[in-house]
Amino acid sequence: MAEELRIVLRNYGKIDPLKIDDYIAQGGYKALEKARTMDPKALIEEVKKSNLRGRGGAGFNCGQKWSFAYQAPGDEKYVVCNADEGEPGTYKDRLIMENDPHTLLEGMAICAYAIGAKKGYIYCRGEYPHVTKILKTAISQAKEKGVLGDFDIEVRMGAGAYVCGEETALIESLEGKRGEPRFKPPYPPSEGLWGKPTIVNNVETLANIPVIVEKGAEWFASIGVPSYPGTKVVTLTGDVNNRTFFEVPTNTTIREVIYKLGGGIPGGKKFKAVQIGGTSGAFIPESNLDTPIAFDNMAAIGATLGSGAVFVLDETRQIVDTVSQITKFFEHESCGKCAPCREGTARSAEIMEKINAGLGSQKDLNLLQKLGRVMSYSCLCGLGQAAMIPALSTIEHFRADYEAKFV
Amino acid sequence: MDYRKILSDHANVPGGLVEAFHAVQAELGYLPKEVVGEAAKVFNIPASEAYGVATFYSMFSVKSRGKNVIRLCESAPCHVAGAAEVVNALERELGVKMGESTPDGLFALEFTQCVGQCQATPVITINGKPYLDVKPAQIPSILSEYRK
Repeated sequence: MAEELRIVLRNYGKIDPLKIDDYIAQGGYKALEKARTMDPKALIEEVKKSNLRGRGGAGFNCGQKWSFAYQAPGDEKYVVCNADEGEPGTYKDRLIMENDPHTLLEGMAICAYAIGAKKGYIYCRGEYPHVTKILKTAISQAKEKGVLGDFDIEVRMGAGAYVCGEETALIESLEGKRGEPRFKPPYPPSEGLWGKPTIVNNVETLANIPVIVEKGAEWFASIGVPSYPGTKVVTLTGDVNNRTFFEVPTNTTIREVIYKLGGGIPGGKKFKAVQIGGTSGAFIPESNLDTPIAFDNMAAIGATLGSGAVFVLDETRQIVDTVSQITKFFEHESCGKCAPCREGTARSAEIMEKINAGLGSQKDLNLLQKLGRVMSYSCLCGLGQAAMIPALSTIEHFRADYEAKFV
Repeated sequence: MDYRKILSDHANVPGGLVEAFHAVQAELGYLPKEVVGEAAKVFNIPASEAYGVATFYSMFSVKSRGKNVIRLCESAPCHVAGAAEVVNALERELGVKMGESTPDGLFALEFTQCVGQCQATPVITINGKPYLDVKPAQIPSILSEYRK
């Protein structure tokens, strides 16, 4: 185990991303051709059978999502690619778009054919201006070659709002409004962009599609952990020797990611904690490192797979200081639409700052835990619901670090 | 280009307000009050709504700021990699605090969250261009590129 397997990054370093002919020479756009010979229903069934689950963090069955949009009545439907990668420590979608933009376009075009959409949008975060250029070049090449048929794709740029990674907030932003999440239901596959049936899929999810269509659902379903098959692109940050990215089958364990691929902790220091899935993820102690990096396995240890960011902390790191910084992040990124998140993120940042300054007590920890519980079920979207996971998980696993800071 | 022209060019783009603001800001460096007011007219929405959009996104500024926008990532991976020392170096070199602009109008200093270049932390961006693995000692030479 612990070997790389490149599916979404299969063309990384092998092609010139600005040359469509390079992509075609690697068999690119063959899957789209094949998909278009299939009945859309059968195509969706195939994607469903592959058990590909959303790589943006929510882990929903991709084919099932598509089937909702397929069944939704209406002639006007949309495919939206969520390229608003804002989860700190994550840059997997950038890698895919920078190195193989056509795989994304092909995945979108297959989705469009399946659900009956004629128009697609790529919502790319504003922090990636160079990526939007690459995407626009790729789209114009694809149009020139005629490979997309009557499917049109437009690139839109975000403007610095973490919450826009949430699919309904993203849709609001695409509509030119403040990127505030909508009440759900209705979900986007029935009422999304401009009220029309819309599929919002993450870049990594869509990049899997051409390969699944080409090699079949069974092939894909046999890779990694059966409940979350395929690969995951992980990006390693913090105290790890190889601060880089890897694409690995989902049955790879956290320990293998950190110690085999990541080369372990620098300077012979000991491991303290790892936060997986981005800044809203749980901090995981040594005792849980043998967990595979798959959705349900991570959930079983009270953690999340999220975006696949792997943020390692060595024994010298101050957990409380790091979590305090993270609560500031959520205070900053809360959109303010719902009170539990707007107030909760501000109060948690305030309490964490107090504890970090050495002015806290057990009473503050109790308050944080209560606040976290309330936010987990009362906040409108995933941002607020997950915002307290770093604090709650570190209180659970690293309580001594907090107590050492008490008055 | 005149901001009125930029705005009217986007008038028929579905959901084009965010794109229009990007385009105006690329030209003017920020979104002055009259731009937000004109955008409301062009897109046929209340001025409050246009202002709401202009102030929602962290990359848009409704205040005048330095020409070269320096943004420093304060997310956790950059935080543990020593972002605070880079903050000190930037503030010292420019003589202003985070959130301020230099009196000569050359630089604006802002915090940002993750910019997705986490393979080489800490990271700053200047006008969107990322600088990786930034050491405090490199700050003067990085800034000199923009002082020419």
